[in-house]
Amino acid sequence: MSTPETQEITGHGDISVGVAGAGASGDGSASATRITPGNALRPEDIALEVRTGLARPTEDVAEYALRLGDDALILAQRLGHWISRAPELEEDVALGNIALDQLGHARSFLSYAAGAWDKTEDDLAYFRREHEFRSAHLFEQPNGDFAVTIARQFVVSYYQFELYRRLTQSTDATLAAIAAKAVKEVDYHRDHSTQWVLRLAGGTDESRRRMIHGFKLIWPYVGELFVDDELTTRLTQAGAAVEPSSLRADFDRLTGEVFQEAELEVPDVPAAPGGGRRGQHSEHLGYVLAEMQVLAREHPGASW
Amino acid sequence: MAAQNLQSVPDQPGATQEPKPNEGQDQLEADGQAYFDRVMADDSRIEPKDWMPAAYRKTLLRQISQHAHSEIIGMQPEANWISRAPSLKRKAILMAKVQDEAGHGLYLYSAAETLGQSRDQMMDDLIAGKARYSSIFNYPALTWADMGAIGWLVDGAAICNQVPLCRASYGPYGRAMVRICKEESFHQRQGFEILLELSNGTPAQKQMAQDAVNRWYAPALMMFGPPDDDSPNSKQSMAWNIKRFSNDELRSRFVGMMVEQVRVLGLTLPDSEVRFNEDTKKWEHGPLDWNEFKEVLAGRGPCNSQRLERRRQAHDDGAWVREAAASYAAKQVNKQKEYAA
Repeated sequence: MSTPETQEITGHGDISVGVAGAGASGDGSASATRITPGNALRPEDIALEVRTGLARPTEDVAEYALRLGDDALILAQRLGHWISRAPELEEDVALGNIALDQLGHARSFLSYAAGAWDKTEDDLAYFRREHEFRSAHLFEQPNGDFAVTIARQFVVSYYQFELYRRLTQSTDATLAAIAAKAVKEVDYHRDHSTQWVLRLAGGTDESRRRMIHGFKLIWPYVGELFVDDELTTRLTQAGAAVEPSSLRADFDRLTGEVFQEAELEVPDVPAAPGGGRRGQHSEHLGYVLAEMQVLAREHPGASW
Repeated sequence: MAAQNLQSVPDQPGATQEPKPNEGQDQLEADGQAYFDRVMADDSRIEPKDWMPAAYRKTLLRQISQHAHSEIIGMQPEANWISRAPSLKRKAILMAKVQDEAGHGLYLYSAAETLGQSRDQMMDDLIAGKARYSSIFNYPALTWADMGAIGWLVDGAAICNQVPLCRASYGPYGRAMVRICKEESFHQRQGFEILLELSNGTPAQKQMAQDAVNRWYAPALMMFGPPDDDSPNSKQSMAWNIKRFSNDELRSRFVGMMVEQVRVLGLTLPDSEVRFNEDTKKWEHGPLDWNEFKEVLAGRGPCNSQRLERRRQAHDDGAWVREAAASYAAKQVNKQKEYAA
């Protein structure tokens, strides 16, 4: 699978980020909530294709889509908590937008994955148990203060950007289409989190201290994102997926540029072992799921 | 339209007619008042830099800031269900809706700022408990069906109130309301859909829907404000073309709409006295507990303390972030100056 060339760098936003890569796709306002009639790929479209047999993932592709969908779903659940609690109204809107984008990606991946097992996105989101979730530990990390949330978002958005950018070339047409829509949105998330890393690192003594602490808390969970396993190796050989380890160099280079501009060190902390892809989670996920699933499980079989 | 109307209102002081130095403040005020009166008579628009009576400015500032605060506090009862929304589609819609409310708050604070008060000051007043917001948000959102009832009844009442405000005489307010009303109509529709789905669902779901309608009906009717004979400010607001219809008139229209829609929902309104009065050609409803309304307004509602505390906490927890952003911005400006020098 070929790696598409990084497009021309165009910075945007009202402060100059001066970072190669941030805003690379040029349309920083691209978002799931923006109405783009005609070309917006909706989760409902994917569900329809799956139901009518136009698209059906292989078992391997479904497993892979489950991982990406769970990552985005758990993150959306975390980010949604900020709405009405953010440091300023603009951030209620921004974090809400990012949560909505992630939820949209989750719904697309899960709707697709569900096709392999004759299920729906909601069956997968609400009626799987903790050990059946395939999200990496990073996504379930608690929001913490705003700096922790930004540190987590910064890592996620650079990882997802590199992943989706390559996944647009997938031999699986549905994965490629979901990635093509998602990469534009994630590019905006990169810009948002980069601007905040620079602001917090270069703002006050307190914000700098908190930003450094936030990265320290988040960094142990970075390694898991780039671990290959049999599934990703098989799918990569088939041209459908991306080997996670192949994203690491670009991730390190691009995040490194931001760290340099922010005069931050890449945190020197031991890596946690992870295990989310095998259904082994941290202590946090159970609470996230308990809250997310409670109502749906009170009314099994009901439609909403 | 507004711009065209303005052209029929000549002699704006300061614009077409420079005040003579010896005319003094009184003459300026008199010219201003004359201009303002003509704008009112022509049902045209006042813009931020126009002269306006101090009381008009004060009334608008109070109304617009209260409206902004209502959007911001109003995020809370619905945010309460984002994490538990029972399907991913509903979760996405609810998130988008609550996010819209933050956006509405932003436009409205901006509109209020054109009258000379900063957003920071308005936020401080809200957190200090000095500013009001719509009483309805002091009721708790107890079940998922409340997301339906809030959308259908509360946003429905808000639309009835707000559509006429699109023609408010103060330009920035009227224009903000145009955009807000478009989004509110989507909000009401999603609330209606939630209730319709529940009503056609399992018996437990239908019960949940009816219970929510029962709890939100009377508070929604009271959103239009006290009865006309107990609403001292209404008359002046109508004379200033801010308010177009009386509280009771709007309430009656709203009841008429709900009567039709509740049938489609397969639910009932918890009011046996709703009827269409053939003589007055108006919808009537049963008595409302205005004592409860006053109690909630005075701070003694189910969630008053909780709502303010949540806003205060978000504001306090975010203080270091806002300070960091301000400090960073200032440093960037200095850097640019050094670079230029």
